Amino acid sequence: MADKYTDFVSRGWGRDLAKRLGLPQPVRLRRYEPGAPLVPGPVLLIGTGPGADSLETALKGWDVEVLRDPGIATAAGGTHDAGGSASSSASPAAPGANAPTGGTAKLGGIVLALDSITRPEDLAGPVLAAGRALRSLAPNARVVTVSRRSSTADEPALAAARAGVEGILRSLAKELRSGATGNGILLAEGVSAEVPSALGALRFLLSGRSAFVDGQFLTVGTAKGELPADPDKPLAGKVAVVTGAARGIGAAIARTLARDGAKLVVVDVPAAGDSLAKVANEVRGTALQLDITKPDAGERILEHALSRHGAFDILVHNAGITRDKLLANMDAAKWDAVIAVNIAAQLRINDALMGSGRLPDGFRIVSVASTSGIAGNRGQTNYAASKAGVMGMVRSTAARLAATGGTANAVAPGFIETEMTAKIPFATREVARRLNSLQQGGLPLDVAEAIGFFASDAAGGISGNVLRVCGQNLVGQ
Amino acid sequence: MSTPSSTSSPSSPSSPAGIRRAVVVGGNRIPFARANGAYTRTSNQDMLTAALDGLVARFGLQDERIGEVAAGAVLKHSRDFNLTRESVLGSALSPETPAYDVQQACATGLETVLQLSDKIKLGRIESGIAGGVDSTSDAPIAVSEGLRDVLLELSRAKTLQQKLKAVSRLRPKDLAPDAPGTGEPRTGLSMGEHQALTTKQWNITREAQDELALASHKNLAAAYDRGFFDDLVTPYRGLTKDSNLRADTSMEKMGKLSPVFGRHLGADATMTAGNSTPLTDGAAAVLLASEEWAAARDLPILADVVDGEAAAVDFVHGKDGLLMAPVFAVPRLLARLGLTLEDFDYFEIHEAFAGTVLATLAAWEDADFCRERLGLEGAFGKVDRAKLNVNGSSLAAGHPFAATGGRIVASLAKQLHERTDAGDLGRPARGLISVCAAGGMGVVAVLEGR
Repeated sequence: MADKYTDFVSRGWGRDLAKRLGLPQPVRLRRYEPGAPLVPGPVLLIGTGPGADSLETALKGWDVEVLRDPGIATAAGGTHDAGGSASSSASPAAPGANAPTGGTAKLGGIVLALDSITRPEDLAGPVLAAGRALRSLAPNARVVTVSRRSSTADEPALAAARAGVEGILRSLAKELRSGATGNGILLAEGVSAEVPSALGALRFLLSGRSAFVDGQFLTVGTAKGELPADPDKPLAGKVAVVTGAARGIGAAIARTLARDGAKLVVVDVPAAGDSLAKVANEVRGTALQLDITKPDAGERILEHALSRHGAFDILVHNAGITRDKLLANMDAAKWDAVIAVNIAAQLRINDALMGSGRLPDGFRIVSVASTSGIAGNRGQTNYAASKAGVMGMVRSTAARLAATGGTANAVAPGFIETEMTAKIPFATREVARRLNSLQQGGLPLDVAEAIGFFASDAAGGISGNVLRVCGQNLVGQ
Repeated sequence: MSTPSSTSSPSSPSSPAGIRRAVVVGGNRIPFARANGAYTRTSNQDMLTAALDGLVARFGLQDERIGEVAAGAVLKHSRDFNLTRESVLGSALSPETPAYDVQQACATGLETVLQLSDKIKLGRIESGIAGGVDSTSDAPIAVSEGLRDVLLELSRAKTLQQKLKAVSRLRPKDLAPDAPGTGEPRTGLSMGEHQALTTKQWNITREAQDELALASHKNLAAAYDRGFFDDLVTPYRGLTKDSNLRADTSMEKMGKLSPVFGRHLGADATMTAGNSTPLTDGAAAVLLASEEWAAARDLPILADVVDGEAAAVDFVHGKDGLLMAPVFAVPRLLARLGLTLEDFDYFEIHEAFAGTVLATLAAWEDADFCRERLGLEGAFGKVDRAKLNVNGSSLAAGHPFAATGGRIVASLAKQLHERTDAGDLGRPARGLISVCAAGGMGVVAVLEGR
């Protein structure tokens, strides 16, 4: 599981060698730790208007130092960077090798408030200002755009300006180095930048919780949701069920939700019961040995959660299998098994739960999809069918849950370091690892953090989203 | 055993005046493994800890202080002097949970259930975990008496001369280890040889024994198939099902096996490896509680532990078969509860050997025996075979001695709960457990579904 290459190029002569040879130099990503500062330095807030003002208020409320004048920031970080080795757009300086000794710290992030632009020509000012500040970013800094979702109802010029942000952000994210990421928040029409989910999304994207999320957008559809009383325990008092929790990403999800305050029911097939029991005991939850493809799986999950824990707030559909084979060689057994576990079971369980009349308002469903379902993957037609199906299911289910304040979202992992990916042949695995903007594989924890965000009240206004956790993998969006 | 329950009405034997109920919340066991199989290098403590941890995970008992944990092993290393407590310390339970060891041969597990249930009924504890573990693969091997004598003297020796003198007494034969056998100390006969005599005494045929063994495998396999063990068994060391289970066995396959016990009986030798339970490794645990304790934690209640009874027979002088004590215990228990065999929906008669079960049933149907030996007016009654060991028993699952009681109590409690839940009985479903044990003992119990 260890990424030995990253260890090698992170220090000593390995780092020097990699630099000389122009090899990828992934860095250790900043990951969330309770109590740690939200961002590693002040945040430059670019943009004017009520959106920007409300973002400033929120940032200050999170103890983040906010700079509003791009010139100051550029001057501060720029002087340090002037002596840096690289200045081309392909590899801007890797700041942070030497900590700034002056009075001004490197930027922990840049927030671009673009929610009031109306024409493509409006983009130049704020975007170029952000560009000038990029070299002042600290390692593992964050760039976050806040803009409006384009729709067919928009005037063409307005739609072009809004859609333009997506192109900017995805390109900008590819310019970032040293673990810095760029992501965006899209506000639906009529939703202001100060609604809980916009601020919740901003906090998530600035924090270490989004370490492996890069070049992605979260869409805030409504003003619903609520920011947690304690940002370190956003799931306090919630009861969450996680399927496929005996190992890998599922176990990480259980641990992360428990860390964030949730009471856990961990589910896996009876044959994985020993690993499942270990996870249950570790997270102080209960183990439910259950084959999710059984017809009564939904009822049994509901019964267990309600009778044993008195509530059922969050369901994470993580259980999934692969039975890879080129389509030319695919047999019905392999095809059917993948469809049965990865999508049909989720549909049946959701139907049972939503038809039970026993779900609380604000119920959260989060499914694990895959970048294979977005971009496709050779030898994975069955898997991609199931995972693309999950995304379709989530969008449709989101609409059905909306009336009760419930949400359904999906997380699509890219290359994640798990027991499963550790079995990929060395060369293939190395290539897969480096083919993203962060030049490394993600950890199960990174997927878990994204799921934890969707499961929280702060994401109450975010539904029907598919968030990639892929380090901005070069294929697909 | 004289309790107020002797005055209770037959319709509600589970609620004697003035005494609380003790209920079965659920259970957990690891799959049972044939000796020298999956758990060969696994200690009793490892297995008991795994059984406890699976139970903790199933019911969310992490850091919970349980009233008392009682368990034991029949084959026990001298280092395992505090086996149950050490297993508790290795589990996710609160380290403030007291524990003690019990040893009553094959009845150990059921005896721990009865002991803790009584403590709960009396209000001495609110919760308890009963169980047992055994490994015949990791059996304790003692040194010979001669070597032990020398080693002890060596430890007392102070001078080099004394030490040399002690060692000089050692003889080659002293180096042979003293492994535990299955022979009864007072007769020298193994359990199987004893049962062979009983099997012949009650004229139990080879075919009847093979049929019972076949039913055990079929019933256990079917129970696994319908997911009955999903919340009763937690996999361990790569094993997800009992390794002794042969779902595809048949009368034909069983018929091909040669007798292994009672071979001196010639043509009357009927006991084979197929209708005798093999040596097994495994562990089981049962969560017991007062109703209040279970309700406060939103835990399920599967069944009441109604009552139990122990008996012993004089097998040494050949008066009764070694494993026939339950024949005496059950009528005494049912008389106290005002019940007959007709009042039961399920029977769990531990299958040490198919012959044991069949000899027990035959004895209860024999009017002369029941008059002469049990003091009844006629035959005690007939056990409906359709109600017997419906989810399989030891012949298929295996029998890690002290773990069997926990397996049976948890499985029966779940079965009774499901039957009671169906509602068509109009009363709680009722189950009888009978476990024979070495030393001519037997422990039996009655459970009622919730």
